[in-house]
Amino acid sequence: MAALDKAETEVRDGVDRETIETVNAMSGTYKYGWATDIETEFAPKGLNEDIVRLISSKNGEPEWMTEWRLAAYRRWLQLEEPRWAMLHYPEIDYQDQYYYAKPKSMSGKPKSLDEVDPQLLATYEKLGIPLKEQMILAGVEGAEAAPAEGRKVAVDAVFDSVSVGTTFKEELMKAGVIFMPISEAIREYPDLVRKYLGSVVPPSDNFFATLNSAVFSDGSFVYIPPGVRCPMELSTYFRINAENTGQFERTLIIADKGSYVSYLEGCTAPKRDTNQLHAAVVEIVILEDAEVKYSTVQNWYPGDAEGKGGIYNFVTKRADCREARAKVMWTQVETGSAITWKYPSCILRGDDSQGEFYSITIANNAQQADTGTKMIHLGKNTRSRIVSKGISAGRAQNTYRGLVSVHPKAKNALNYTQCDSLLIGDKCGAHTVPYIEVKNNSSRCEHEATTSKVDDDQLFYCRSRGMDEEEAVALVVNGFCKEVLQALPMEFAMEAQNLVAISLEGSVG
Amino acid sequence: MAQAKAKGGAERLAAVALPASGAWLAAARGAALARAQEMGLPTRRDEYWRYTDPTTLTAATAPAAALFAAGDEPAAFAAIDRVTLVFTDGVFDAAASDDPAAAGVELTRLALAGQADIHWARELYGVLEARGQNPVPRPLAALNGALATDGVVIRVTGKAAKPVSLVYRHAATTSDAVLHHIIRLEPGADLTLLESGPGAARFSTVTEVDVADGASFHHIRTQGRDHERRTLTHIFARIGAQARFKSFTLTANGVLTRNEVVMELLGDDSVAHVAGAAMGDGGFHHDDTVFITHAAERCESRQVFKKVLKGGAVGVFQGKILVKQGAQKTDGYQISQSLLLDDDSQFLAKPELEIYADDVKCSHGSTSGAIDETALFYLRSRGVPERLAQALLVQAFLAQAIEEIEDEAIAEDIRGRLEGWLARRMG
Repeated sequence: MAALDKAETEVRDGVDRETIETVNAMSGTYKYGWATDIETEFAPKGLNEDIVRLISSKNGEPEWMTEWRLAAYRRWLQLEEPRWAMLHYPEIDYQDQYYYAKPKSMSGKPKSLDEVDPQLLATYEKLGIPLKEQMILAGVEGAEAAPAEGRKVAVDAVFDSVSVGTTFKEELMKAGVIFMPISEAIREYPDLVRKYLGSVVPPSDNFFATLNSAVFSDGSFVYIPPGVRCPMELSTYFRINAENTGQFERTLIIADKGSYVSYLEGCTAPKRDTNQLHAAVVEIVILEDAEVKYSTVQNWYPGDAEGKGGIYNFVTKRADCREARAKVMWTQVETGSAITWKYPSCILRGDDSQGEFYSITIANNAQQADTGTKMIHLGKNTRSRIVSKGISAGRAQNTYRGLVSVHPKAKNALNYTQCDSLLIGDKCGAHTVPYIEVKNNSSRCEHEATTSKVDDDQLFYCRSRGMDEEEAVALVVNGFCKEVLQALPMEFAMEAQNLVAISLEGSVG
Repeated sequence: MAQAKAKGGAERLAAVALPASGAWLAAARGAALARAQEMGLPTRRDEYWRYTDPTTLTAATAPAAALFAAGDEPAAFAAIDRVTLVFTDGVFDAAASDDPAAAGVELTRLALAGQADIHWARELYGVLEARGQNPVPRPLAALNGALATDGVVIRVTGKAAKPVSLVYRHAATTSDAVLHHIIRLEPGADLTLLESGPGAARFSTVTEVDVADGASFHHIRTQGRDHERRTLTHIFARIGAQARFKSFTLTANGVLTRNEVVMELLGDDSVAHVAGAAMGDGGFHHDDTVFITHAAERCESRQVFKKVLKGGAVGVFQGKILVKQGAQKTDGYQISQSLLLDDDSQFLAKPELEIYADDVKCSHGSTSGAIDETALFYLRSRGVPERLAQALLVQAFLAQAIEEIEDEAIAEDIRGRLEGWLARRMG
């Protein structure tokens, strides 16, 4: 017990030093707000059946895929944009966007990473995501100390509407793991894609998912064969670069029986005065005894202090634990975007399947976040756990919205939910909207939520030891988020801690 | 969608004939009907009706409800020294009632106050209800204001001599009763209001309570256990500074019960507690919908709701704490728990927090599950028969809600009723 306590203290100490260093090092601006000046080929502005067909033909898709998209588009025309979230933003003009933007240098598909436009490679280099194999993620201190096995991360880099390159493809293939842009997978593995695409998030699921189904241009495809533990972490890095362009990526992950994969997702965008739309869909299929960890650090441009610009982030993410003992863990650190609308969900269909959701959401300045999860218990002995930490500062609004549903046949289901909110300043808001639906008596659901302010005693303690107020707040907040930060893979945990500090800059004093 | 909904209820609302009344009440009724028409009648598509089907509450006529054989339990609050007013199917029964003057408060009936051209009650009638329509529309409360045939109008200046007890009797199988109460507690006043009985086959009450600075309002209610009755209640409360508001409701059976409490804490340093204990088996649907707004500093609010469900019973809890900007040092607490005694029952909960002030302490908790097997085993291993052991654990589970009743004699009455119900219905 004593040893355990000590270990925990050490982790916290590490977190704290890191945070303070970051706060000191950063000058308080969005680090990834620069744009790459690159010649870009756009589809005509606006959305209609011709645009849908154009995207399909640019990707060289088979007829069935084009029809699938068109059906989604026709359905989308009949849907209304959802308004139930606690989000306020001006009407989005869906005709005033580009739905496809590709760097001109990507016209002739590069055969290997060596052929990729050096300007694109430099962009990812600058973002800290070098698209070279045998390289670890740059800028991550402490990663060198990790065992060599754990350091390799395969990256699929998506730039506006296209994937510019995927690392470690061959090495993964040796293990039987398929990791490639979904645009290629549709051509190379049509049977797999056709079997699973839309099976978790149907094309008619909701307004934004339906829009994505019609116009998604790229994204990542992952297949882990039965019994395979993916030999390295997989990662997709999304970058929006072009102006007035929406990004609509689609990720499909299939973990076959007894397999395991840890998947990381990161995203950034340049600073622009206008809002940009991002509507992604992530589908995860998990078969018997398989496990998927999905971690996101969402750092889209949040807009400036006055709320000008920023990404509108409307995302549908869902994991289907389709068979017995399947397991999924969503971890998200949401610091970016002007608007966040996102509810990564778990369908616990297989008996004894498990879903977990760990989330940190930080909303500062004029940001608005409405995010949470859904745990749908259908199978017997299914278990779920939700830990959500929401931090509001400036004039931001931060809402946790979640559903725990236990069906009559989900005997002996267990859910534990913990939602904590922290307010920094008297002009922001923190809200909790949980739905709990229990339809049998052998299940147990527990839900707890708290709202508090940064503790004055803790702040005083830090300040009396020479920290300025901002440092002290960052330190206290990192402590508040500890349970979620610890759930992240190491590379992401470091980045997330830095982000927590940066996102709160300017929120005090 | 909103348009289609308004159209759906429009025919029914257009056919509403307002009861004849004096000038002030006629004006208030007209305004209430206009509000109801503006909002339209609720349907299951409305966010706050997703767990409770309002169809039988919005229908033009009340569905029939068989009378429940009385006599197997003592009348509520029998041992309490109180002033009783009896309404049978919503109609005042003078012969069965006490002299209102004995309460030591200004007490009259709405039917009488409403005949006058002008009455102080107009400052509250429909006024607190209208305030409570934002942000969540409650059209059925407005409809009550348009249609109420009677009720009580109470004004308290000091401490009331005795509790005022409203007894609702159900005598006709198709009765449809609509009562509306106005209660004003002047600064420093103190009143206990007791309500009991099923009221009618379909029974709607709206109570508008104005609790001025330093005043205390205690409300204890037991909802009659006619199995087939349908009950819809609304309490709209406005609470001043250093005031106290405490409300407790015991519900046993009834095919449908929806209790709404809408409360605004407008003065500093006030306390507001709302609690409920509900038990049901069979075709029982019980819904507590509470909305507490903190608009002042250093106020405390508590919501404690416990439900015991069996045989296909459904329990619903929708509770919200809204802390407005500037309502610093708010202490908001909310707990909703249900005990599911078998596999057919359901608990549906939506405990919400909406907070715009940073120096606050707010929390909510919600749990649901079966009876604790370990505790049951413990009791049985000590020779307690299973039925009794289960009843004891149910009582222990509900105790936290009953503790919200300050008056020990009244709390004892409630405990006795609870035990009686468990003895008859459990096992």
